[in-house]
Amino acid sequence: MQKHIVVIGAGPAGLESSANLSNLGFRVTLVEKEEVTGGHLNKWHALFPSLASGKHTIEAIVKGLNPGIKIQTATKVTGIEAVNDYFTVSGHNGWQEKADAVVLTTGFQLFDSHRKEEYGYGIYENVITSADLEKQFASGKEFVNRQGKKPERVGFVHCVGSRDEKVNNLHCSKVCCITAVKQAIEVKQMIPEADVFCFYMDLRMFGRHYEELYKQAQEKYNIQFIRGRLSESTEDKDGNIIVKVEDTLLGKPLRIKVGLLVLMAGMEFPPATKALTNMLGLKNVSDGFIQPLDEVLHSNLTEIPGVFIAGTCSGPKSVSDTMADARSAALAVAEYLK
Amino acid sequence: MEKKVKNFGYSVTRDRQIDFDANNHDVGKIVALAEPTLHLCISCGTCSATCTASQFTEFSLRQVILLVRRGETKGLLKEVSKCMLCGKCQLVCPRNVSTRNLIIQISRALCNHEVSGSAMLKP
Amino acid sequence: MTFDLFVLPFFFGLIFLTVVLVQKYSRWIAMMDSSDRVKAGMALFSVNLLKSIKEVVLESLLHRKMFKRNPLLGYMHMSFALGWLLLIILGNLESRVYSGGHINPPYYPIFLKFFIHDKRVLPFELFTLPGFFRFIMDFILLFVLSGLVLALFKRTRSKWFGLKKTTQHNSFDKWAITSLWLIFPMRLLAESFTAGLYQGGGFLTNTLGSIFDAILPLQYLAYPAWWAYSTMLGIFFVTLPWSRFMHIPTEIVLIFLRNAGIEQGKYPGSFSEIELSSCPRCGVCIDVCQMNEVDKTSSTAVYLIRSLRDQQPDKQLNANCMMCGRCLQACPVGIDTLGLRVGARSVDNKSIAMDFSYLKKQPFVGEETGIVYFAGCMGHLTPGVKRAIVQIFNHAKIDFTFLDEDGSICCGRPLKLAGLREAASKLVSENTRMIKNTGAQLLVTSCPICLKTFNNDYQLEGMKVMHHSVYIDKLVTEGKLALRPEELKAVYHDPCELGRGSGIYEQPRNVLKQIAEVADVAEEQENSLCCGGSIGELAMDFTQRNIIRDNALKILCESKPDLLVTACPLCKKTYDSANCIKVKDIAEVVAANLVSVKHQPKTTEMVEQG
Repeated sequence: MQKHIVVIGAGPAGLESSANLSNLGFRVTLVEKEEVTGGHLNKWHALFPSLASGKHTIEAIVKGLNPGIKIQTATKVTGIEAVNDYFTVSGHNGWQEKADAVVLTTGFQLFDSHRKEEYGYGIYENVITSADLEKQFASGKEFVNRQGKKPERVGFVHCVGSRDEKVNNLHCSKVCCITAVKQAIEVKQMIPEADVFCFYMDLRMFGRHYEELYKQAQEKYNIQFIRGRLSESTEDKDGNIIVKVEDTLLGKPLRIKVGLLVLMAGMEFPPATKALTNMLGLKNVSDGFIQPLDEVLHSNLTEIPGVFIAGTCSGPKSVSDTMADARSAALAVAEYLK
Repeated sequence: MEKKVKNFGYSVTRDRQIDFDANNHDVGKIVALAEPTLHLCISCGTCSATCTASQFTEFSLRQVILLVRRGETKGLLKEVSKCMLCGKCQLVCPRNVSTRNLIIQISRALCNHEVSGSAMLKP
Repeated sequence: MTFDLFVLPFFFGLIFLTVVLVQKYSRWIAMMDSSDRVKAGMALFSVNLLKSIKEVVLESLLHRKMFKRNPLLGYMHMSFALGWLLLIILGNLESRVYSGGHINPPYYPIFLKFFIHDKRVLPFELFTLPGFFRFIMDFILLFVLSGLVLALFKRTRSKWFGLKKTTQHNSFDKWAITSLWLIFPMRLLAESFTAGLYQGGGFLTNTLGSIFDAILPLQYLAYPAWWAYSTMLGIFFVTLPWSRFMHIPTEIVLIFLRNAGIEQGKYPGSFSEIELSSCPRCGVCIDVCQMNEVDKTSSTAVYLIRSLRDQQPDKQLNANCMMCGRCLQACPVGIDTLGLRVGARSVDNKSIAMDFSYLKKQPFVGEETGIVYFAGCMGHLTPGVKRAIVQIFNHAKIDFTFLDEDGSICCGRPLKLAGLREAASKLVSENTRMIKNTGAQLLVTSCPICLKTFNNDYQLEGMKVMHHSVYIDKLVTEGKLALRPEELKAVYHDPCELGRGSGIYEQPRNVLKQIAEVADVAEEQENSLCCGGSIGELAMDFTQRNIIRDNALKILCESKPDLLVTACPLCKKTYDSANCIKVKDIAEVVAANLVSVKHQPKTTEMVEQG
């Protein structure tokens, strides 16, 4: 009998896992809470480091899907129960399936930048998040701030909601540094006369071509990198944002006025998914993400046989890392069901 | 046998260097014992960006912490005496360093050190 | 017969105690500031004395505050204090019945039943003077013994007395309490044995005496029982000055001095020493202290006071306190626990000298407006509050100057709470100069910490200082602001420095009630919990602070509110960091629900009537 696998979450990880599992000969059902598949990638204009289009990327992944895959959208999974050697997965709308294995590709949620009140998101109009900026890029409209002016200066704040125990997130979200570099370049491409600043604690350019992109940002776009974490921002009469940091490399407090401040919001494990992992009895470690059985040897396995993880539900990842993780999860499932 | 060159023609200014080996590390040890979060600082500078005192004078808690860690305690007491203990730094520190207690413990350690200085200072 | 050798332990104990007390009191008087001594002297001849006497009766004897906390606990303390005093007074009167009104040696009334063997005169016993005294003395002894039984129960069943945790006593206190507890059973035995031998005594001692007489050789037991009774009294008197029972003679002095208007002043000083000795170590402050939640019971007020009185100060203990004032609120003796802690910290940190000479005097530049707004240090980390205040002022068309829009210096209270009073006073004088330079009549601040110190430590001559919640309430009452109600269930958290610190409970609630449904919280107003963010606490790490925060949130969110409202930037940031409920400052809630005054005449009318 053809084994059945339920994949939960149709972002890049879920789509890619499903495609691979289906190609391996399994019956696959892909459940997604939203109306459409694609996850966060739908809202992301361009991907680092190549500036590949988010929309095209997701289209390419969807193209790879076998028509045999059943895609169940607009269904929020509310229950997973292990019964003997199979799982019963049920949704809020009465949808239910039996599965021989379950793959969690539930992803992350973007840190809610309102929680860093001192940065002014939701208070000052010209403080936006990296996600807001992607939306603005995707809209294709002229790049202006909330006063309809082209900002003369744009600031990027790294590590918003990441590496910050004041919001209970000690972990690094991994992708924000390179995203900031990417977005800084994009801003510069749109407004070549603007001055762009990145406020960072450490620049973590860990991936292939990331350092090159950083160098390009310096060399070609004259983006300034200031090593100092924002303490607070205020607004002047004209809606400019006044940023307070210490230029730690010079050892002096620095004040700078920018027309637009972009907060690089980090990744968090979504509380809604926590209900699912609790139901299964999976371990969420201190950073909130799901702990794999073994971080080196069995990164797609969990403590529960038959339950697999892929993508950002087991920690922040770039899209390319997510894709690789999804494919490796498919192999792990195949081995388990062999 | 290797022969040592006494003078290359330039004199090295030792004052410019952090002479880690000769420095006084007792203060750091005493402070870390009383306030272990001394070690948690990642030098992000948020404390000194928000600092009330640093608006008026040259004062950086981030630097103070580093100086204690490196054993550069000369003149440090004067530095920490600028703090108003207002607590803003504690409210913004992403590593949850107990900054106010650090100031108090550094001050205490340095005062004790100055009182019984000779015993603690290495020749 | 008016003397026997067995009275000596009591007698010498009493003399010893008297000498020690006289020595202690003289020391305290000598240490007192001369101005305080004058105040105390004046108070002896004023209505203050009556006030003090009333307070002594209500608190030291009747234990009114204890009764309020827990009736059983109140009764227990009252039976000892009032009962013993009545035994002494009535015993003295009784002794005069037999001595023709003369004053007797001090031991005579105490051991009267040994010296006088008056037979009962039934059935008219109660109508004779000696008979009446026999009855009443037995009755009071029974009253005291009932308290003793409760005290024994309290050892194992402290929860009945409203106490989860009780004080862990040191060996000195154990000696003292053992002798104290034995005094009254020994008196009962001695009097009963004697009553049995001579068919005397009141309803209690006579009955017990007859029973004992039937089963025991009382002729051999009575005399040793009197020795035991006297010895217990002697031991108690000798241990008293070094035990917690020193509070008995000291508390009365404290009440008197407090009513005379004398304050703690310098530390250590005579007033602080009197406070230290006034602590009965009843342990009421232990349960209310949130330090219990992080295994820091050892730093609660009772242990702070004991360590300071025993001259074994502990820096860590002194530092571990959020200065929330819950112990101050609970203390039945009214000891200024926070002041003592600050005093202890000032000793710990006396070597630390702050230097603010870098503050260059600058003239105030800006328009004089009559009203200045001061956000405070923490307020700059809550821009939502700042913006809300500006919106409210603008909406009510009030001209104001944002004094610290571009930052300012600290108010000095954090330094003061760390025991660095001298450093704090430098900031106080700098700020005073700056604030006075504005020429304003009203200072509105968002920070309860600033508010407290502006009101207590600043001399702003004629300038009123208000927290923004009070000012908003005033604007609403005067009809200058109209608010729109919202479908919203909110709870209000009283910030320590605003509530217990400054007595402001009603105004923020009044304002909030116009907008949202305000649900009750189990611990609110005077009993409000600390959020855990306190700047009064010097050494606690964030793991522990977060435990305190989360426990407080649990209680605040019991009614599942939509919104947690507070009035302190520090409380707001602390609660917000838990990310479990939406947290807003009262000013933000108001700013989000402002309506034009003209369109809402009814609301205004209602407010004015209310």
